[in-house]
Amino acid sequence: MTQKNRLDGGQIDTAIPMNFKFDGKSYIGYQGDTLASALLANGVRLMGRSFKYHRPRGVLSAGSEEPNALVQLRSGARQEPNTRATTTELFDGLVAKSQNRLGSLRFDAMAINDRFSNFLTAGFYYKTFMWPKAFWEKVYEPIIRKAAGLGSLSLLDDPDVYDKGFLHCDLLVIGAGPAGLMAALTAGRSGANVILADEDFTFGGRLNSETFGIGDDAGAVWAAGAVAELASLPNVRLMVRTTVIGAFDHGIYGAVERVSDHVAVPDAGKPRQILWRIYTQRTVLAAGAIERPIAFENNDRPGIMLGSAIRTYANRYGVAADKRIAIFTNNDDGHRTAADLHAKGVKIAAVVDVRADAPRSMDFEVLHGQVVDTKGRLGLTFADVKLADGTIRTLDIGALGMSGGWNPNVHMTCHQRGRPTWNADLAAFVPGGTLPDGMIVAGAANGDMSTAGALRGGAQAARAALGLKGRLPKLPAAEDAPVNLTPFWYVEGCSRAWLDQQNDVTVKDVKLSHQEGFRSVEHLKRYTTLGMATDQGKTSNMGGLAIMAELAGKTIPQVGTTIFRPPYTPTAIGVLAGRHRGQDFHPKRLTPSHTWAAEQGAVFVEVGNWMRAQWFPKEGESHWRESVDREVLATRGSVGVCDVTTLGKIDVQGVDSADFLNKIYCNGFAKLAVGKVRYGLMLREDGIALDDGTAGRLAEDHFVVTTTTANALPVYRHMEFVRQCLFPDMDVQLISTTEAWAQYAVAGPNSRKLLEKIVDQDISNDAFPFMACANITICGGLRARLFRISFSGELAFEIAVPTAYGDALMRKIMEAGAEFDVTPYGTEALGVMRMEKGHATGNELNGTTSALNLGMGRMVSTAKDSIGSVLSRRDGMNAADALMQVGIKPLDLGDPVPAGAHLMNADGPVDAAHDQGYVTSACYSPNLGHAIGLAFIKDGSNRIGEKMRLVSPLTGVDVAVEIVSAHFIDPKGERLRA
Amino acid sequence: MIIDHPLLGPRDSSEFTYLGDAKLIERPDPDAETATRDFYEYAYLRDNPAGWHEELWFHEAGDRSWLVVTRNTLTHEISKVEMARDVARGKGRSK
Repeated sequence: MTQKNRLDGGQIDTAIPMNFKFDGKSYIGYQGDTLASALLANGVRLMGRSFKYHRPRGVLSAGSEEPNALVQLRSGARQEPNTRATTTELFDGLVAKSQNRLGSLRFDAMAINDRFSNFLTAGFYYKTFMWPKAFWEKVYEPIIRKAAGLGSLSLLDDPDVYDKGFLHCDLLVIGAGPAGLMAALTAGRSGANVILADEDFTFGGRLNSETFGIGDDAGAVWAAGAVAELASLPNVRLMVRTTVIGAFDHGIYGAVERVSDHVAVPDAGKPRQILWRIYTQRTVLAAGAIERPIAFENNDRPGIMLGSAIRTYANRYGVAADKRIAIFTNNDDGHRTAADLHAKGVKIAAVVDVRADAPRSMDFEVLHGQVVDTKGRLGLTFADVKLADGTIRTLDIGALGMSGGWNPNVHMTCHQRGRPTWNADLAAFVPGGTLPDGMIVAGAANGDMSTAGALRGGAQAARAALGLKGRLPKLPAAEDAPVNLTPFWYVEGCSRAWLDQQNDVTVKDVKLSHQEGFRSVEHLKRYTTLGMATDQGKTSNMGGLAIMAELAGKTIPQVGTTIFRPPYTPTAIGVLAGRHRGQDFHPKRLTPSHTWAAEQGAVFVEVGNWMRAQWFPKEGESHWRESVDREVLATRGSVGVCDVTTLGKIDVQGVDSADFLNKIYCNGFAKLAVGKVRYGLMLREDGIALDDGTAGRLAEDHFVVTTTTANALPVYRHMEFVRQCLFPDMDVQLISTTEAWAQYAVAGPNSRKLLEKIVDQDISNDAFPFMACANITICGGLRARLFRISFSGELAFEIAVPTAYGDALMRKIMEAGAEFDVTPYGTEALGVMRMEKGHATGNELNGTTSALNLGMGRMVSTAKDSIGSVLSRRDGMNAADALMQVGIKPLDLGDPVPAGAHLMNADGPVDAAHDQGYVTSACYSPNLGHAIGLAFIKDGSNRIGEKMRLVSPLTGVDVAVEIVSAHFIDPKGERLRA
Repeated sequence: MIIDHPLLGPRDSSEFTYLGDAKLIERPDPDAETATRDFYEYAYLRDNPAGWHEELWFHEAGDRSWLVVTRNTLTHEISKVEMARDVARGKGRSK
């Protein structure tokens, strides 16, 4: 197989050939190639179809600014859409496919869009697909989505691993061209800790693409020497294949290192990519410059590319873009491309220069004129040049370089709202406004376009950043040519001249935008989508601005510019997620009885980050309800045990502990006796319930507060706020002990008998009555805490031991309880029993309900100040028809009571205006033999016994129900005091 | 962002939880005649300045200090970091 456009030289290793496939066809490239350079070497110019019109497209650039040559890389689960061929390092076995086509790349059926381009101009979305409204979702959008677009996802799990890491340095240098290398050398030699990062797989930047020298060496050779010196310095970290994607607050940078993108499959143990968070006080941005194209009729055919790209392919990759090449330029740089190509033996058909005073050459013809049209359906064949005298000359060429001048790469200078300023000499924006903290810009990114300027700028920037004193060391000699340019943006009179090739925006679209009143630069961008593609308009924004300025009769700086946002180049979601995906999305907390519960075959449910046993299926039980009903009946009939470790526990100690809790809870705690527990309700300052739980007083100056599982953290945070910010001199200390104690609820009529076999103290009803608490010992000396509290409504205890003994205690309880047929129960049975008892949980404390709504209005003490007490007394919180918590039972006991259903009057309309309330929690009560629910309804306490309709139009429920007391079981509380 | 904790030095903002306006320290007197109005303003009315803002941050993944951070909401520049407890004392919240 021949690589018909391969030249001699370049930084490729012809000793290492690599096989690859593009659209099913096999090719050979070399180590050091990119996919784009290897395709060009093989004579492949057509690489994709455009976004909107499906026009044939090839490469525009040789770098990360590429708008056109986006391919689908790899296959199967590693398939990766929208990969730029220009930055894809060639590897053996690489497989790529072109995107956005129906049929083959050469005969794309969707190319019909190009014929209808008059309907698809700027704003077509807003104008064309307005009505009928119903058509939008079903007809327009799916078709547009399918027709316009990029690559597709595999929809398979990404098999690779992505990592995150943190780095710190004295100086971060972004970009390893002449300015970046010189900055890194200057800083590295001073002993500072330096990180040098570059998105390319070889350091050197433009030096790899140019023929001119530094000192006595070729530029690339000098770069290799600089890299070798930097590699020898222990204080310098070289990060190749690493894109700094964003400059964030206070000197924090994000960077993506592509560890394994250049191999087919990552080596064992290696991540695909790493997201680095780099902390640095100072940064030298040496991001170089990006050449801009010129807009003319049909300037998007494969083979038409940036002049600098043609030069890069020739000098770095040893590839001629074609055998017959012309250049269209408005500045001296275009002539440099022609000279380099000529030196490599490539035929230069002509250099077309818009300037009358363009330099002449002995080696190639220089025409004063403009390229006005091109031909070639799938690739450039001819270009028409209109000469200064008005005659047309047709060039027979396969590649055309566009050199419209260079834009300093100011992207990263904008990330903290920095707004670039206009430089008339360059006809380009240069860094301006407020730069990110500690950033100094050097080299071409700062508008220093010569190699000598870059070396000087890099050295000075590093010295300024680090405060280095003394004379600037002598720098090696390098070219120092001035920029010689006449601004020229587009050829007059063309109808389809492309500005933004990725989003298919033409000069005409910009004019239309202006004509239709979308004249501010931000409106222009959104109306035409100019610069909104994945390349963020790196090669296209300037052309659009120039045309807007001309139409508005303003200068470009008067029109202004949009600014760039992170990320610098498209970034995979996978690397942002890192290891936080699937089971590792967040940490998993296991209760002390987890191992034991797993042994019992428990079904677990995630609550907060905790894994809690939901129920414990027994052999022969085929439905979860069977297990839950059994657990409830067994607990109420004898004794059950449940792990309640996950409830938040906060130790409150200090002389002012009781006063402190008086502030935290709306009800009083000052008079709570030592050895007693009290239910407490916490309000937010606006009077809405925050959380509820119990607080036990273990000593005069020591309380144990419990919170709900979900609110353990917010409640702790709130208590610290009250302690530090509102009452800074109260003598009180807080610490979360949730994980320090394993805690089990032992509930049911036989719970005391069971525990008597374990605890060392007398826990008879007299010695340890309802709502008692104590520090005790169990099993002959192990310290423990015992609380006589009940969530189930049965005679019940909660017993806590240091977490390390949690597993042993659960096994001990099961052993001691065997004679009572002790039954472990999960969160479902827990929920059923609390609903049977009318206890509120998160469903009721849902961020909209007050103490009054919860039926605890009288608990809010008026004798003292507490958080939320003042605003609880507002009129609006105490309306006569305020929602009140009640119980619900179906009139036909076989009917369901779905949570979330709404209550309506038995007679009357069923609509939102006549809504009476809603069901917050519901379950089947095995003790009552029918469904029950807890609900909030207006004026609920006065409506007990009323018949109402329970409706859920969404699920088709319409059930007759009766309002009852929420205390379905043991309303007098005799069981828990037994 | 980096928050320069008065006790622990510079820490990444990801260690902190944000609450909002540090005026929350100035909880009104519940016994005042105007208490209902005062608390309504305290609970609901906040300035939303484009510029310097004193705000409460909680060092949740750290030493559990509440801090008052003076931060420019436009630029994210931080000019001052204090212990909220000291600020509260300065505002006369001692017992």
